[in-house]
Amino acid sequence: MNAKRTDKLATGLLYTLAGIVVLILVFLLGYIILRGLPQLNWRFLTTPSRAFTAGGGIGIQLFNSLYLLILTMMISMPIALGASIYLNEYAKPGKITNTVRTMIEILSSLPSVVVGLFGFLLFVVQFGLSFSILSGALALTVFNLPLLTRSIEDALKSISNDQRNGGLALGLSKWETVTKIILPAAVPSIVSGLILSAGRVFGEAAALIYTAGQSAPALNFADWNPFNIDSPLNPMRPAETLAVHIWKINSEGIMPDSSAVSAGSAAVLIIVVLIFNLLARWLGRLLFKRLTSGS
Amino acid sequence: MDKIRESLLKPSRTSKLERRGKLISLVSLSSICLVVIAIFIFIAFRGLATFTSDHVSLVDFVTGTVWNPDVEVNGQPLVGALPMITGSFLITILATALALPFAIGTALMMTDITPKMGTKILQPVLELLVGIPSVVYGFVGLTVVVPFIRDVFGGSGFGILAGTFVLFVMVLPTVTSMTVDALRSVPKNYRSASLALGATRWQTIYKVVLRAATPGILTAIVFGMARAFGEALAVQMVVGNAALMPSSLVAPASTLTSVLTTGIGNTVLGTVQNDALWSLALILLLMSLTFNLVIHFIAKRGELKQ
Repeated sequence: MNAKRTDKLATGLLYTLAGIVVLILVFLLGYIILRGLPQLNWRFLTTPSRAFTAGGGIGIQLFNSLYLLILTMMISMPIALGASIYLNEYAKPGKITNTVRTMIEILSSLPSVVVGLFGFLLFVVQFGLSFSILSGALALTVFNLPLLTRSIEDALKSISNDQRNGGLALGLSKWETVTKIILPAAVPSIVSGLILSAGRVFGEAAALIYTAGQSAPALNFADWNPFNIDSPLNPMRPAETLAVHIWKINSEGIMPDSSAVSAGSAAVLIIVVLIFNLLARWLGRLLFKRLTSGS
Repeated sequence: MDKIRESLLKPSRTSKLERRGKLISLVSLSSICLVVIAIFIFIAFRGLATFTSDHVSLVDFVTGTVWNPDVEVNGQPLVGALPMITGSFLITILATALALPFAIGTALMMTDITPKMGTKILQPVLELLVGIPSVVYGFVGLTVVVPFIRDVFGGSGFGILAGTFVLFVMVLPTVTSMTVDALRSVPKNYRSASLALGATRWQTIYKVVLRAATPGILTAIVFGMARAFGEALAVQMVVGNAALMPSSLVAPASTLTSVLTTGIGNTVLGTVQNDALWSLALILLLMSLTFNLVIHFIAKRGELKQ
């Protein structure tokens, strides 16, 4: 076989391989959306689930997922911001900084089930928070921190040093330069990173099974006092999220319409993640246009 | 006079702010490091209890093939973790091996064959695949892959093969995007030089680009393996959850993560049954650490060559 024919064959093979990858995604999305969409209606999205009879919804799970996401972001955002500012602006290159970076890398590569088990030991058992939204949010924070830190650090790194020198030349302190000049310039990419990590947090289940729990007690949506036990805002109640719900009804197999409910829930998860993805691109671009003179 | 002297000698408002800001950011960074240390201490403490307070021998634990912590033989609980260790490694290696050709093919399309189509179609495809939550993969595995295997190979359909197929799709985007990075870091003049010598595009790719990118591709493989090894729910949903030595690829089996997700909730903290599970978690943690070390090692070797 001559070289030219091999070249053509190999090119064909590469096209096929890439085509199969595209087909896999099309099949996955098509399958989930086509199976899930018929399940989706207002009643399914708002009513509580039923364990033993058909016809339950995912209202509480959906609310839990969103509430947990907001709490997680509120806890992890300031820590990740502080850590990445120190890493990018203050830390001097050397052994200690390298060790710290390696530790963050190790944390980001830890299996999420290990993070969940650690959350169980520390937050649920040691701190006595029991299975609660707060435990779940703390575990998700551990899971989210390394990724968020890295994406914010990348955002800070992409701001040119001229900006820093400019700030210092104006007589601003380093901290003022960072907070008044560098951070605003980095906002577009920080927001994109934030939304992308929100998508990951929204779909995470393994870290939550033993921290936020696997039960969704009834909520009274008229009671918004966070100290009442059936208030949706109470952070100390156990809270099964949408992703955990899918896993649970499939591995227990008591619910008669579990495959329909999980198809619907999977479609909701995918749609939310898709929205997050698009939002990250669009908002990042929009903010970039608004905040800088670049277009 | 004193007022001016005082204002000059005392730290200004800005310098106080500076110090406070630096302190706050240092505290956040240290808290992340503390968490990492705490994870290792907590899991190691629980995981070692099997060997220290329950007196199970480490060799029996790693080489034993019977996992039945409720039964005691000669005063020793039957905690042989080999079935789970085998299951985890088998699924990891098979899934990564299956994903590798697809990952390299897709990456080559994006860097060398049709970069335009790559950024327009393949890049978004990979981003979407990464974004799909693992339970959704598990659900699709349960409703599509498992029945398919049942129809083709017989049996229940649950097992290593089903887990392999599900993990194959899950590690594919990770391995591909890292392979793309590796291929992009090969200098352009390597390609130009090879083409100028009369090599075809495929000869250039095969003899020059892929070889120059080998350390990067190896890193991509190890990253993919690390992800596959630690994936819990998607695998647990399709692997069958039978803590037996896998006799065939289509027989129900189990992995470290699948036993952990199902077991921790059914045992009481501090009992032998529970301690044994924490030892599995410790193995998981150590493996994740090992993958990290391997990646560092490859990176260092790659640097030396250049």
